Amino acid sequence: MDWGALHTILGGVNKHSTSIGKIWLTVLFIFRIMILVVAAERVWGDEQDDFICNTLQPGCKKVCYDHFFPISHIRLWALQLIFVSTPALLVAMHVAYRRHEKKRQFRKGDQKCEYKDIEEIRKQRFHIEGSLWWTYTSSIFFRLVFEAVFMYAFYFMYDGFRMPRLMKCNAWPCPNTVDCFVSRPTEKTVFTIFMIAVSSICILLNVAELCYLLTKFFLRRSKKAGNPKHHPNHENKEETKQNEMNELISDSCQNTVIGFSS
Amino acid sequence: MNWAGLYTVLSGVNRHSTAIGRIWLSVIFIFRIMVLVVAAESVWGDEKSAFTCNTQQPGCNSVCYDHFFPISHIRLWALQLILVTTPALLVAMHVAYQQHQEKKLLVLTGHGDPKHMEEVKKHKMRISGSLWWTYVCSVVFRLLFEAVFMYIFYMLYPGYQMVRLGKCEGLPRPHTDRVHRVVRACARRGQHNSNPSSGKGSFYGHKLSSEYKQNEINQLLTEQDGSLKDMLRRNPGLQEKGDRCSAC
Repeated sequence: MDWGALHTILGGVNKHSTSIGKIWLTVLFIFRIMILVVAAERVWGDEQDDFICNTLQPGCKKVCYDHFFPISHIRLWALQLIFVSTPALLVAMHVAYRRHEKKRQFRKGDQKCEYKDIEEIRKQRFHIEGSLWWTYTSSIFFRLVFEAVFMYAFYFMYDGFRMPRLMKCNAWPCPNTVDCFVSRPTEKTVFTIFMIAVSSICILLNVAELCYLLTKFFLRRSKKAGNPKHHPNHENKEETKQNEMNELISDSCQNTVIGFSS
Repeated sequence: MNWAGLYTVLSGVNRHSTAIGRIWLSVIFIFRIMVLVVAAESVWGDEKSAFTCNTQQPGCNSVCYDHFFPISHIRLWALQLILVTTPALLVAMHVAYQQHQEKKLLVLTGHGDPKHMEEVKKHKMRISGSLWWTYVCSVVFRLLFEAVFMYIFYMLYPGYQMVRLGKCEGLPRPHTDRVHRVVRACARRGQHNSNPSSGKGSFYGHKLSSEYKQNEINQLLTEQDGSLKDMLRRNPGLQEKGDRCSAC
């Protein structure tokens, strides 16, 4: 079980996400997980071995390392990425439950069921409405909370996002205040700032997605409330359908290869 | 998620690129990413462990390495390749959006059967209209990122050259005079070594003894109350040599 397996699991969720959700997932995998695996892990690879203290006192170096780095950046980021990506599994579970219900209806031979075969049920993409909307919105909310908590934890533990070159340690068993030198501090600072910047972008994307879902919800609600007042007859539906078709044709007329008949 | 994962993501984009775009993508993957993974990573693999300073002063090696290599070539190249290849995803997103619109249209006109849906997925989009603008923007962003990274490289490593010998001198004094004391200790090494070319063998032999190391540490620890001016007053020759971590 590694990052590749997480990619496989979350790739399936992608189908049922909004466009902003798909962008968020791409940013997560390319600018955070990939950077972590390909670059950041090498930078932090020698963090303990090359953490040098100006002392020969046995145990002093280990104690000082533990004092300054209670949890390494790399491990915090790995935890953050796992926590932030797993609320999407709530959506995956809800979709799987709905599919299971549809399959059960189909097998019972329910007349209400509009599917021709089981494969169609498996391939169908569910719209984000009803109870699925609530699940999806909750998952985005949890993502936001986890991102914010980890950013705060980072800031709190490392007192800002900068990695100093020199740290002074006087924890027992160090005989006095000892100078300890961190390995590759500038490179670590650069990557910390990069990862924090991308986390902020992800937070903004999540906020945008939440606003988009709320707007869609309220618009749908006002449409439903407004509809009984107007004439909900067949002619109106046909008009709306034709309008939509005209819009789609004018948007895609330059790239359409397949010919249509009305 | 590693370079192979990026290749999977980007190879889908290839279908909707121009001929030159496909050549560019092949050059990126074969001559840059592959060379990075199979060759450059082994060259830079021991960059820190084999960075040797002519001193036994603890911390001098780390500080000097950080001074010369604020960010390693390998990491800069990895960042550059990731940032340069991702604008192609803008094109992929636009194509996916257009395919989605076409599928919607097919469903509305009553051609929503699986055969037509598959045809939409397989057919190649012409780069015209709004897709042209997206494609041009992605190329402009690629150029911009390439130029920015080449400039960063030039700024950090003037002349794109890797020197054999770096002189670690005149380090900035961040917050405390402890680092400066480290630099002064490095300078003391240079002072002791009055004739480096002839006495190299015995110099290194002497350096490696743990007794000598302990003496150095004891000296550093007892200079808690010292200041730079006192040191300079006691050793006027120190200022002439400058603060050097390595003698040549």
